[in-house]
Amino acid sequence: MIADVSDLSDIERDAISEIANMGVSRAAASLRQMVGEQVLLSVPAVRIVDRNEAAALVERGNSSRLVAVQQLFEGPFSGRALLIFPEGQSLELVRSIVGPDHPLEDIIDLEQEALAETGNIILNACLATIANVLRKPMRMSLPSVIRGDGSAMFETDVRDPDANLVLFLYIDFTIKRRDIRGFIALLLDLPSIIALKEIVRDFVDGIEKQQDSAG
Amino acid sequence: MQHHVLIVDDSKLARMVMVSAFRRLRPDWNLTEAVNADEALRAISNGSIDIALVDFNMPGTDGLELVARIRSVDAKMPVAVVSANVQDEIISRARELSAAFVAKPLTDEALAAFLSGAVLKLRKAV
Repeated sequence: MIADVSDLSDIERDAISEIANMGVSRAAASLRQMVGEQVLLSVPAVRIVDRNEAAALVERGNSSRLVAVQQLFEGPFSGRALLIFPEGQSLELVRSIVGPDHPLEDIIDLEQEALAETGNIILNACLATIANVLRKPMRMSLPSVIRGDGSAMFETDVRDPDANLVLFLYIDFTIKRRDIRGFIALLLDLPSIIALKEIVRDFVDGIEKQQDSAG
Repeated sequence: MQHHVLIVDDSKLARMVMVSAFRRLRPDWNLTEAVNADEALRAISNGSIDIALVDFNMPGTDGLELVARIRSVDAKMPVAVVSANVQDEIISRARELSAAFVAKPLTDEALAAFLSGAVLKLRKAV
């Protein structure tokens, strides 16, 4: 059973990466507007992994102290979207968004709330674009800020085996000229992976039909 | 002509961004800030608000529900839903309530376009 879900065919993987890429590109454009600097994106990686692997992936090359803005989404498939930074960079991010006119004390006061709003804008840009491309409306929760290591982000202590495997979609981004790097990660559990695979199959079929009628 | 604008957003950062855009675009207008739907409705019931800018994703009553409640007391006030949630569904629900949709992150261009339309609408209503 696990082999069945953890297998994504090439076309499924390709379609999910492409759709995610549209979402993340819009998110990057939003971030660029907010910080006024170029934002570079990596190629999205789509993998079905267990939560421990996901935790290890976001800690790789970073200190294990992370800060994340989390939003839950719900629709035909449900999950969590995370915007993750090394904790040491979150103040720099907030500073780059509120601009240089504010003293450090103000920025520290604002940090939590500015992170939540920044996450809200970036994650909504990404999720709403995916919802629009797939034509499946989704509801998004309010953003919350969590701090901890990779295990805290991905709740590696979950016992339910169905909840242990996650579709882990991540992109790392760098704000050029500032030393800020982070990840956007989407996590889907098993029933949602199955639902997403079906939606993606319909989406691919739709494109193939259009090609047939155009050709 | 000066107008009185209500800015509704639970995020202080979002309100700061909005206020600073107004300082550039319409520095002489009056601004009132509200952090949720209840505060917003209280401000509107005082009667001096001309235009409202309403965040969508707020705790409690969301922005579209708030706009629906504004519409029940004021069918004509120029209102914009401001959100990063650019889903087609949200935008069309805003339109159904005769509200504009302004995407976050807020740009001066998008805010200016909404405000110009709002000024015209208010002038016609007089």
